[in-house]
Formats: sequence, C-alpha cells, structure tokens
Amino acid sequence: MAASAQDASAFVQYDRVQKSYDGETLVVKDLNLSIGKGEFLTMLGPSGSGKTTCLMMLAGFETATNGEIRLDGREINNIPPHKRGIGMVFQNYALFPHMTINENLSFPLEVRGMGKDEREEKVRRALDMVEMGRFGARRPAQLSGGQQQRVALARALVFEPALVLMDEPLGALDKQLREQMQFEIKHISDRLGITVVYVTHDQTEALTMSDRVAVFEDGRIQQLAAPDELYERPCNSFVAQFIGENNTLLGKVENIQGGIATVRLDSGDVIDTVPVNVERAGDRTRVSIRPERVEINPGHLGANAHTLEAEVQEFIYMGDVFRTRLKVAGSDDFIVKTRNQHNQQRLQPGQKVRIGWVPEDCRALDA
Amino acid sequence: MTETAADPHAAVAINAGGVSSGGLTTADGRPLKAALAAAQSHAKRRAFLLVLPLLLFVLITFVFPIGQMLHQSVYNPGFTTNVDVITKEETPIMVNVRNWFDANPPGTEPDEAAFEALAKDFLLVDELRAAGSVGTRINYDMSGTRSLFTKTARKAEDLQPPYKEAMLDIDEEWGDPELWAVMRGASSAYTANFYLAAIDLTRNAQGEIVKVPDDRSLYIKLFVRTLLLSLLITFLTFVLAYPVAHLLATLPLRYSNLLMIFVLLPFWTSLLVRTTSWMVLLQSQGVINDALVAGGLLSDDGRIQMMYNQTGTIIAMTHILLPFMILPLYSVMRPINPSYVRAARSLGATSWTAFRRIYFPQTVPGIGAGALLVFILAVGYYITPALVGGADGQLISNLIAFHMTKSLNWSLAAALASILLAGILLLYWLYDRLIGIDNLKLG
Repeated sequence: MAASAQDASAFVQYDRVQKSYDGETLVVKDLNLSIGKGEFLTMLGPSGSGKTTCLMMLAGFETATNGEIRLDGREINNIPPHKRGIGMVFQNYALFPHMTINENLSFPLEVRGMGKDEREEKVRRALDMVEMGRFGARRPAQLSGGQQQRVALARALVFEPALVLMDEPLGALDKQLREQMQFEIKHISDRLGITVVYVTHDQTEALTMSDRVAVFEDGRIQQLAAPDELYERPCNSFVAQFIGENNTLLGKVENIQGGIATVRLDSGDVIDTVPVNVERAGDRTRVSIRPERVEINPGHLGANAHTLEAEVQEFIYMGDVFRTRLKVAGSDDFIVKTRNQHNQQRLQPGQKVRIGWVPEDCRALDA
Repeated sequence: MTETAADPHAAVAINAGGVSSGGLTTADGRPLKAALAAAQSHAKRRAFLLVLPLLLFVLITFVFPIGQMLHQSVYNPGFTTNVDVITKEETPIMVNVRNWFDANPPGTEPDEAAFEALAKDFLLVDELRAAGSVGTRINYDMSGTRSLFTKTARKAEDLQPPYKEAMLDIDEEWGDPELWAVMRGASSAYTANFYLAAIDLTRNAQGEIVKVPDDRSLYIKLFVRTLLLSLLITFLTFVLAYPVAHLLATLPLRYSNLLMIFVLLPFWTSLLVRTTSWMVLLQSQGVINDALVAGGLLSDDGRIQMMYNQTGTIIAMTHILLPFMILPLYSVMRPINPSYVRAARSLGATSWTAFRRIYFPQTVPGIGAGALLVFILAVGYYITPALVGGADGQLISNLIAFHMTKSLNWSLAAALASILLAGILLLYWLYDRLIGIDNLKLG
C-alpha cells in the first residue's frame, strides 16, 4: 500500500501505524486513517481485531511500535497521555469511587489549576448538559449504570477537549438504555462540534451514530465508509457478514462482463451478480444478498429479476417483521425479512414458494 | 374462610391497606412476621448448629483463658490461703497477722501484738509446710525474702515471748518496715499491686504509691520500646510491601503467581528456621559481615553489630511480618481497575497525581488492615526478639514469658499482658474512630 503523505485537512491521522506486543505478531498492521475535525468515526470489529489497541495508542496508553500518530498536525507518539488533552470515556465508566460526582468532574479542572468558582460553574454546566445536575453530591456507587455513563461523558467533556475517545461506553447498559444513550451522545457531539472516535463491536451502534465507520478485522481496516455505503455495498465477505444480517450462496464465477458477473451456484442455478472482489472466471465466490431485499412474491419485480424455488423451513413472528427461514439453492439457512403489513402472508413450514431479487442487490464477494 | 382461600391475594391486599391494625398478615390471617420467623426457623436452627462447635471452641480457648488471665492479674492468694498439693484442701493462713493489719492503719510500727500474731501464724505455716509459697509471694514484691520465711518457719516451734525480740533474733530483717508494708499489701488475695509493679510503681512503708527507684524501673521503658519498635516495624513493612503488592496485583497472572509463591514462602518455613537464617546472615562472623570484610569495605575489627541488638530484632521481625502487610494490600489492589488511573491520566493528571489522588486513596482500607495486623502481631512478638534481640532488643512479651517460666510470678505476667491487651483494644478503638472498622479489608 502506498504510504499516505501527511493529510493537511486531517485532525487525527494514523500514518503507517503498526503495533506488536510480543515482537512476533502484529496486532495492528499498517494502519492509515485520517479523521476530519468534527467527525464522528467509529472503529467497529470483533474482539481481538485491533480496534481498542488503535484507540489506546491515540489516547497514549499504548505506544505505536512503528509509524506516526498525529493530532492537529503534531506528532504525539512521545507525548504522555496527560498532555494530549483528549477526553476519554471507558467501558466501565471509571468514575473514581472515593469521590462524589462533583469531585469527579472537578478533577480534570483542578489538575489544570483552574480556580474554584470557575470549576464549579463548569461542573454545573457539564452536569446540566447530561441532565445529571441533581446528583452532584452523590457517589458513583449510588447511581445506576445509565446515570454513571452520563457522568462519565460529562467528565470527559468538562475540560472542553477537541477530541473525545469512547471505548465501548454503552457495552454494560441494557438494550433500551443503550439505544437512548446512542442518540444522546450523537446529539451532544454534534452540538459541541467535537471530534469523536468511538470503539464498539455493536454494528447497530456503529451504523446509527457514525459519520464514517472503519471495520477492523485481523489488525487491518477492511472497509472505511459511511454507514449506508457500508451496509449496501460491503467490499468483502467479512464486512458483508459482520454488518447486518446477510444471506450467502456459494458458487463459482462463470463469466465477468460489462459490470455483471454470472455465477453458477453449487446447486446448479445460474444468477447474475454485481462483481465486487472477484477477479476472473473460475473464481469461487460467496454471493451476498440482504434478507430485506428478497421478495417472496417476485411478480412485481422487474423483468430482469432472478427467481428461485424455495421451501419454507421456519416462520418466526418478530412483531414489526416476519423472519422466514427458507431452503434455497442448497442452503437451508436463507433468511427473508418481510414487513408486518395488512396483507402480508404468513408462511407455513413445508410450503413451496418462489422468491426473487434484482441483480443489483446481489453481490459476488470473495469466498 | 372459603372466600379468602379462593383469593389469597385479596387478604394481603386488604391487610396491607389497614396498616393501623398492626402490621401485615398472611393470606390465612397469621401475622406476617410470625409466619416469616416460622418459615425460617429450620434454616436458622441448622445455621446455629453449624457454628456451635466454633462458638464452643472460641469460648473455651479464647474467652475463658483471657478471663482467667485478667483474674490472675489482680488475684494472688499466696499469703492468704494454702492449697494442699495432694488433697487440694484449702486452709486460710496468716489469719492473725492479717487481722492485725486490718485493725491498724498503714505505717503503724509493728508492736508486740503484731509479732505475736505472726509467730502464731508461723506455727500453722510450718505445720502445713507452706513457708515456701508464702515466702515466694512476698519475694515477688521484695526480693531476697523467701529464705527469711523458710528459716523462720523452721524455728517457729521454739519461739517464746517476747515475740518481737525472739523474731528479731532469728533475723534482723523482721524489723524492716518495708517488709511489713509488703506483707500488708499481700494480706488481701485481691490486689492492684501487680498492676502497680507492671508500670514501675510500688507502695512505700506508709502504703503510699511511689515510683520504684530508677535502677529498678524496667517495665515502662519496655512498653515504650515495644510500642516504638512495633511502629517502626509496621512502617518498614508498609514501605517494603506497597510496591510488591502493587506488582502482584498488576503483573500478568503467570508472573504474579510466581511472585506470590515467594511472598508466601515464609509461611511455609518454620519461624525458627527463618530466624536462625537471619542469625547466620547478620551475626558479626556472619555471611554479610564476612562478605563486607572480604570485599574490603570493612576492616576485620570494624565488623557491624547487626545481631543480638535492636537492629537484629527490627530486621528479622520486618521480614517475618512482611506477608501480613502484603496480603491485605494485595487484596485491595487486585480489584482496582487499571482504567481508574488511565482515566485520571487522560483527564490531565501526571502519573504522580493520579497515584496520589486516585490510586492511593483506594488502597487505604488495605493499608489500615495491614498496619493493624502487623502492629498487633509485633507488639506481642516473642520468639524472634528472644533469639536475635540480645539485651536491648527484648520486647515486653519476653518479660511476660520470663515471669511465666522463670520467676513464676504469674500475676505480674498477667498484669503485663492485660496492659498490653488494653493497649491493643485502645488502638483498635482509635482505628475505628479515625478510619472506621468497616473499611478494614483483610482479603
């Protein structure tokens, strides 16, 4: 990969960064990433993919084995964490248990030598921002998980850093609270115009909050794109599998021509697909298609739509959607999602149906 | 009744509404508290039976002996009752002279009546062969008097009036007013005199409490030395243990396990072996001195005296008590999430500030527990100072042991031990007031 030169517009820049803990394996392999000012960027990946290490290098708790990390144009590799001026929110909140909420928020201001009146004013404003103004005199143990998370956020913001790092901050919350906090964090970061680097393994969180998402796997960024791009046009089968639900059909490329790859599936069916990272005829491929892009009544799709025979295996009622598991082209794990509309039919196991999709939704990826 | 049975929730709901009727009741009308107690009684009984052996054990081995010790420290019947060695029969002795003491105020010159009473008492003492134990009792307070009693008892039968002259004939010592004051002090089995002796006080011939002469005062000096040495040892263990405990808590598991074995190793070797190895290392012909002389850092006659003095006691006890400081510290440091310090650093604190303001305060319960444990153990430590302490490295416990095993003055030993116990309880109370016993964390 060509070395990326210093990007003048980048606020945070990883430049050919590598990291190894034991001198034998690389946890982060040649990371190049530029983050713009005011951007909300999420590092998404399974555990062990290197995303947290990247965050810790930026925060200053890990040193890069090779390469440069720049913040606002300045190399920060050798600057200790307390001089970087980066706010950070931790997964376990890391609120100091022996201090009250006010003292927790006051701490970063105190170590900066700020006067008492100014400190109190800033603490009050920060707590009001996360609607925790009434809880200043309490200790962290007296707050619920969600409240602690708000306080942790306020503490990371109270000294007005331009960059805030968040390491799976919502991981310990229950689903409903998590969704609510996602929007709140997003709104606060938009309002304050801060740059946020957010680490998570939850793809829904990444999609709903981010301006851009970097999908990590095996110490590399597999794809760096806006959420819609990432979901609709995954660039390899890892990203397709990792982001959202995905149906996979195995096959072999017969022919690539004019932006269309003809694939012969293992069942013998031949379908047209969009070639993404298949090179030539004869390549093995995973054909990927999203469950909600499959129609059970393909009649109203265009003339170029593919249709296949399918047998219903299982019907799951999920409230807003129906999830139907089908046996299609040799795979018995083919999912179709349909909206719970008035006239939507509920299929029975064993029933034979025809399903279909348009070729543009069907992407041929690496096997 | 059938109605409530049909809907048990209704009854509770109704009663719950009527709080004024005196608490909640169950669906079938019993008071809720009684029902709860009945439901739990089986489990409670079983729990009690399970702790019963320990309860008895503690009672027999802890509460009872301490009660005995406290009693012994104020009770010594050596001058008032004779217990026959074989029949265990108890006979009051020294009755006449005790009556004379009761009738005359302290400081009265012993007159003929007093000597007559004493002479009569000696007849009984001789008959019971109790002169030895009576003499021993007086000897506690005034050394060199035991033989006076045995000698006088042997000649008791030959005593004729006037008794005063006859007894002074046997020994001039009988005219010493101090001796009479000591006998007066011993004339009651219950006495605070042992406590007075334990803090270097005594009674003069007039029965007033005075300080013992400087050349004989010993115990206060030893209490102070014990206190200061224990404080110093506690401080040294803290300084040495803190970094080790931190390492133990933060190293990866395979290294910390190994380190933990080294910390625990002293527990698995005999105390005597450890103390003896310090002797091998530290004595003037020992390994360290030899190495320093061989290395040319010391001349052969300039060897450092590190053993058989306070230095030896301090070094050996610090080493032996170190694990008792490390383990409580480790147990509070282990669960401290490293993200606290990271958070502090990211918020702009230097590593020193992060340690001082964030890490250290969270380890205070462990420091308190470790310090209390080490201090209490050090205050009562016996074997190590006895072996390596020499003359000026002895602690109060060595003196207690001396009175238990050598001078056989159990009452004085008990008084010294009780003062030590009271001191420790006072310290415990202070700790509770200052830090709070709830904050104590041993593991």
